Amino acid sequence: MRIVFAEDQALLRVGLARVLTELGIDVVEVDNGPALVSALAGPDMDAAVVDVRLPPTQTTEGLAAAIEAREARPGFPVLVLSAMVEPEYARRLLADGSGAVGYLLKDRVTDLDQFVAAFRQVVAGGTVLDPEVVAAMLQQPAKTGPLARLTPREREVLALMAEGRSNAAIAARLFVSEKAVGKHTNSIFTKFDLPVAPDDNRRVLAVLAWLQK
Amino acid sequence: MTDFGAMGTWLAPIGSVQPLPVDQPALRERLRLTVVGVGLALLGLPVALALGILSIISVPLGLAVVGLALAWAVVPATELLAGLHRRVSGTLLDEEIPAGYAPTGDTTGFLRPFLWLRDPARWRDVGFLWFSATGGFVLSALPALLLTAPVIHLIGAILDGGVFWWLLVLLDGPMLLTWWLVTPHLARARALAERGILGHSRVEQLEQRVEEVTAARTETLDHSAAEVRRIERDLHDGAQAQMIAAGMHLGMAEKLVTSDPEAAAEKLRQARETTLSALAEMRALIKGIHPPALADTGLVGGIEALAFAAPIAVSVAADVPGHPPAAVESAVYFVIAECLTNVVKHADANRAWVKVEYVEGRLRAEVGDDGRGGADPNGSGLEGVRRRLSVFDGTISVSSPAGGPTVVTLELPCALSSQRIKPSSG
Repeated sequence: MRIVFAEDQALLRVGLARVLTELGIDVVEVDNGPALVSALAGPDMDAAVVDVRLPPTQTTEGLAAAIEAREARPGFPVLVLSAMVEPEYARRLLADGSGAVGYLLKDRVTDLDQFVAAFRQVVAGGTVLDPEVVAAMLQQPAKTGPLARLTPREREVLALMAEGRSNAAIAARLFVSEKAVGKHTNSIFTKFDLPVAPDDNRRVLAVLAWLQK
Repeated sequence: MTDFGAMGTWLAPIGSVQPLPVDQPALRERLRLTVVGVGLALLGLPVALALGILSIISVPLGLAVVGLALAWAVVPATELLAGLHRRVSGTLLDEEIPAGYAPTGDTTGFLRPFLWLRDPARWRDVGFLWFSATGGFVLSALPALLLTAPVIHLIGAILDGGVFWWLLVLLDGPMLLTWWLVTPHLARARALAERGILGHSRVEQLEQRVEEVTAARTETLDHSAAEVRRIERDLHDGAQAQMIAAGMHLGMAEKLVTSDPEAAAEKLRQARETTLSALAEMRALIKGIHPPALADTGLVGGIEALAFAAPIAVSVAADVPGHPPAAVESAVYFVIAECLTNVVKHADANRAWVKVEYVEGRLRAEVGDDGRGGADPNGSGLEGVRRRLSVFDGTISVSSPAGGPTVVTLELPCALSSQRIKPSSG
């Protein structure tokens, strides 16, 4: 597996690249926007891990390059890292509904197991949002729309789903059976009016629907 | 100064300059302006002309002592005349025309003419004298001429009876019509010209401006100093203390690593968790200083992110063809954030909207909601907002009738650049 890793802070780049290399991944390290764009243009990339802010403008070239790459290759796995999270960026990343997106705070690399798990999940087509994005979204009580129809429990399940947790993990977290979680997720899919499709895909669409209010 | 009491009935601001309606008050107004014009013209032609000539010749004569004595007579007289005109023109325009002579202080009599010589306001007075005797005279005398000529023509025609006089009488209609149309305009033109010549308004305005800027700057500096102290305290009590704790855990782990690896692992875990909470605190701090969406995508992106994060539906319409300076972006962003917070907290609204546009060099933003209205336009929250905007000469107004809707409008002058200029990389 070959990925591009764009990060301008050298300490983090070298450290994380080493971790990923130890997993047997071929890591191409870049430290600026144009280099990321040209690396992404290559046909042999399987995924990208990018920092939102990159030189030269230190604004959102990482995010823009990731979104562009996914426009060219829908479902291209992208894990976006950032020092600050902005729910609006999560919405932009997920907007195409094809999944395989992660959006995490850089802080999460302090728990390497969790980080690697998140990376694997993104590569497998899942959606992993940082708990902080999820917390920000949860602060917004919906007055109308499908979101308002969710029960508090379903909302909890949806939040954990957005963080990329499996039904088993959600069940463990909420101290309920996996079957009960399955019921909740099905209820969420129904309330969001999602078409019958493989479960993974519907999870992505449910999170997207949530982000789009 | 002259006693203006007798002039009270004659002096009032110019009413309408419109030709209609044709009624008694309008006729009286035109007659009044004609009389005032006659007064000004009479002051212009003998008095101002004489003073103007004397002023000019007093300068070369100043080389001989006689010029100084002449200046002592002419300059105060000019001041008196100019003061009268300032008063008349000021009243016609309904504004104050300040004099703004350079202070003479306690200069002795002999030296004072040299101060006058250096004072631009005195030279403006001289300019005024000549204007008053020439163009000003024409402007002021014309209405009286237009009005009296028909009377003279008529008398001439009756007494003399010649064809020539009757031809002139034919012209009287157009003349009276012209008088009716131009009199208010001429009076206004003369008053505007005198304001331009005699008014010290530019210096006055600049002085006032400097005062405002000084006040705004002081407030801003106080505010920034307080902000810096707050940030310092937050860093000191928060992130710094936590880094110390993390270092301590690491030190203990280092000691324990051979003797009790399990305890060492626990200490390492604690150290990691402490760095995480330090990071979270720093993030909150950074967000308060400069939110990422604003930093990354500019004002409109920042407002969109604000709208997205709001617990009620907020629609954003923006038409800003470029990027305001970073400081303006930041101020407007925080003001809009404050307004939206108020909407959520107090307005009991279901929807809000933000409109940002750039018109004729001014950035204008509106924040409205469908809530219950009745917001206090002088509330304490708005004080901070006003302060933020005052540095940029910005203004804010609140319309919030009971029952809503509430609309807060802010406006400030600024330039736009096509490229976003980031204050620093981050």
